[in-house]
Amino acid sequence: MYEFKYHRPGTVRQAANLLVKNEDAKLIAGGHTLIPVMKQRLASPPHLVDLSHIEGLDTIEMKGRSLVIGATAKHADVASSPIVGEAIPALASLAGGIGDPAVRHKGTIGGSLANNDPTADYPAAVLALGATIVTNKRRLKAEEYFQGLFSTALEADEIITKVMFPVPKKAAYVKFRNQASRYALVGVFVARRPSDVRVAVTGAGSEGVFRVTAFEEALKKRFSSKVLDGIDVPAEGLNSDIHGSAEYRAHLIGVLTRRAVDAANAKE
Amino acid sequence: MAKISLIVNGNPVTANVDPRTLLVQFLRENLRLTGTHVGCDTSQCGACVVHLDGKAVKSCTTLAVMADGHEVKTIEGLAADGAPLHPMQEAFREHHGLQCGFCTPGMIMTAIDIVHRKGHELDDHTIREELEGNLCRCTGYQNIVASIAAGAKAMAKSDLA
Repeated sequence: MYEFKYHRPGTVRQAANLLVKNEDAKLIAGGHTLIPVMKQRLASPPHLVDLSHIEGLDTIEMKGRSLVIGATAKHADVASSPIVGEAIPALASLAGGIGDPAVRHKGTIGGSLANNDPTADYPAAVLALGATIVTNKRRLKAEEYFQGLFSTALEADEIITKVMFPVPKKAAYVKFRNQASRYALVGVFVARRPSDVRVAVTGAGSEGVFRVTAFEEALKKRFSSKVLDGIDVPAEGLNSDIHGSAEYRAHLIGVLTRRAVDAANAKE
Repeated sequence: MAKISLIVNGNPVTANVDPRTLLVQFLRENLRLTGTHVGCDTSQCGACVVHLDGKAVKSCTTLAVMADGHEVKTIEGLAADGAPLHPMQEAFREHHGLQCGFCTPGMIMTAIDIVHRKGHELDDHTIREELEGNLCRCTGYQNIVASIAAGAKAMAKSDLA
């Protein structure tokens, strides 16, 4: 790891000022992506701005019809929160399946979304549920937020403060883990929302998280896994590597979407 | 250099550290608490698990400066020198929950964290799921699972958390 200067701001405003003042500064919260990357010297930020001590940034609460999760809420907090369990149990279950218990004690929702790893779980939930990413500057719709591998609409001095999830009628997340790394080879989040159905896929797309509109249209007519029979997901644009070919991932998307729809229906 | 103050195993500690010092390095090299091990150094194996404010974390993926103002407990903090072992340590001894012993401190710190979150009656499936982040290359886990189930029960009758 290369040298850096460590900052611990007490407010989001102070953190944003530190970003403006120090070019190439990086935000850190749980550190469970950034620290490994810095150890490998793939990143060498001269300044680290620690968000984990900003009070109130990890609050989980209901605001009207939306579940609002603070940026530094840890995966373990989301997984065990009765508020999340009541409003969107699929999201609690997703958080409880990230990494392992010790990782979930540190990793945060804001960190996961800011990093936008193509195999991360949260982006699928944010896109399928039609969540809004709230920053210190503006509100970003999920559709405009994700912009490809490890890239987002965030500007250099922009900080995620919370994520607002509209509560769906039904939802489920199912992932197929890589047997060694335990990351999602493919993960599918299905949300039956009041006006439509969304199917978002992580792990498979060469440009990161994406929606399967053919599945969405069929499921909007009837929310049953049976309606997916005969609809194939094209392998084009999917990742192909030693863990699985694009065709295999395309097949998994179909299998996991069916399982997710069945799981969402079983929860009623 | 950055000045940090934290509580380690109940004792206040103040030190000047390079900000890139990992918590595990700080514990082992500055404080000479070498019970916490570095296995994979990539947050997968769990040999470095300690408790930070009472929760199991991987100290190879935590900066010492991030622990400034917080409380850390390591395997050395479970029982005083010469005093009876912590019930979870005793259970690992009794049920032969180790062979080479390298993963054991992390296993025990994780096991105690499981008990804090899941209670004293743990079935095998729960224990195995919860051990996802702790690797053992010797035992095949059978006796580790047995040790944790027994240790969890024993902790219910003990004053040591």
